[in-house]
Amino acid sequence: MIALQHAAPAPDPLSVPANAPEHCPGTESELAGKADACAGCANQEICASGQTRGPDPALPLVRERMSTVKRKILVLSGKGGVGKSTFTAQLGWAFAADGQLQTGIMDVDICGPSIPTILGIASEQVHSSSSGWSPVYVQDNLGVMSVGFMLPSSKDAIMWRGPKKNGLISQFLKDVDWGDLDYLVIDTPPGTSDEHLSIVQYLKESGIDGAVVITTPQEVALQDVRREIDFCRKVGIRVLGLVENMSGFVCPNCQTESQIFKPSTGGGRRLAQDMNVEFLGSVPLDPRIGKSADYGVSFLDEYPDSPASVAYLDIIDRIKDILGDS
Amino acid sequence: MLGLDGHSVHQSSDGWVPVYADGSEARLACMSVGFLLKRKEDSVVWRGPKKNAMIRQFLSDVRWGELDYLVIDTPPGTSDEHLSLVEHMAPVHARLSAVIVTTPQAVALLDALKCLSFTRATALPVLGLVENMSGYVCPCCGEISNVFSTGGGAEMARRERLPFLGSLPVDTELVTLLDAAEGERPGESAERAAGGSERSFGLLERYQRTPTAPLFKDIVDKMLEQLARTRSQREAEASEASQVLASPVS
Repeated sequence: MIALQHAAPAPDPLSVPANAPEHCPGTESELAGKADACAGCANQEICASGQTRGPDPALPLVRERMSTVKRKILVLSGKGGVGKSTFTAQLGWAFAADGQLQTGIMDVDICGPSIPTILGIASEQVHSSSSGWSPVYVQDNLGVMSVGFMLPSSKDAIMWRGPKKNGLISQFLKDVDWGDLDYLVIDTPPGTSDEHLSIVQYLKESGIDGAVVITTPQEVALQDVRREIDFCRKVGIRVLGLVENMSGFVCPNCQTESQIFKPSTGGGRRLAQDMNVEFLGSVPLDPRIGKSADYGVSFLDEYPDSPASVAYLDIIDRIKDILGDS
Repeated sequence: MLGLDGHSVHQSSDGWVPVYADGSEARLACMSVGFLLKRKEDSVVWRGPKKNAMIRQFLSDVRWGELDYLVIDTPPGTSDEHLSLVEHMAPVHARLSAVIVTTPQAVALLDALKCLSFTRATALPVLGLVENMSGYVCPCCGEISNVFSTGGGAEMARRERLPFLGSLPVDTELVTLLDAAEGERPGESAERAAGGSERSFGLLERYQRTPTAPLFKDIVDKMLEQLARTRSQREAEASEASQVLASPVS
């Protein structure tokens, strides 16, 4: 605890601006502009004047844009590569399977946008109109926004620090012409940092209906899930439930099921119990899932008989149940 | 993964003392924000500037001592942590190089390409590419399934003219070892009772008994080879540069 030993009381994570100095007390804090760390900060005077205890100017715009969105769902994970984006895409496709519903997918993984590839729209571009940026449509009722559409080549890396990422996220929320949406599914990068804080901050007023946390069964991944759930509690997001991905593998040769990532500590089910969140289900590893994602086709439509499809659909039904939409 | 959960970092007169994975031998030092947390489920909800400060402290305030190698594990992406690392390491940039790890499927390769662009933008030499989770051996019949397809890494290395260091299949024994490293397993308490250093050696020995350990050894050998090559290249470039500087302008 050395690093934190001398620190002032922890700031409310939501009130620390992206370009703050290392030990910023938070702009809404009593100490704003007056703490030791504020010396030399470009915003010190503004903070000290007390103006900053008011709301962010982007908030009303976000609120207006989000007023026509019924449900906002976050997809989170602790580790990378556990199947977050694949799940987001399946969730989007499953919602959109109902022709009456309008669904949007927002990819806030700025440094590793996989959503365009998984949905098979990697070569599309975003167009802007008088009412804002138009999302890219996979089908009539499934719109997608990702930074992947804005890069000249898929090789290009976005090497941005937090503030720039936050700026883009706020634009995704206030400048995109989402229209009337029944569901907005938000795919996030792994971890609990800038992107997560920003999205929570911007949607605080509009409200987030809940978060789905994805994990794989081994302890190394579960540790990060505990942190992710802790984050949700800290910032007050309801955890809709936990999905265990890549649990069990059926050998195509001998049909025996084995554990690739052994749940040495009881896997997701046990963790969900321990942390008091709902366990939504486990999705077995099917090599065709990864392949579908690479080719940008819907796994649920291509292989409806796979045990993984059945598991996905059960989980999605349960999510709708929890939200009270079924 | 190193079985060091629950350890904490101590302060000494010349900096933070890293946690040693091999006990009293003190040859494998480790530093992580995980050692600074009160409970392992605490989340670290920090924006860039605080993470940046922590990285700086890891580099400047930790009493690493004399090291032959410093291996830095980074989060996914190309953002604050990566930029801060390269920035803080700028004085020793000439001794910095990178290894890129990917899984074989196209979605993962796409992110690996972005990492590669990052190393190019920051002039980091890439020692090579490793393809992880390339195939899974069914424990029942021995059939190899390409759960995340295969060969993508080798193909990307060829296209991008990078040394390909090797492919590693999913090794369930390794997964178990890394997981169990933190918990007590039957028989382990006896091992532990035999003395701290022997227990951690046990970890290394158990690791060396995993089926993929020999494959990993090949990868490390290739990496060291590349490292030596990169070093001599850089020295040659440096001496060339100094000659250019020394030669009179005609």
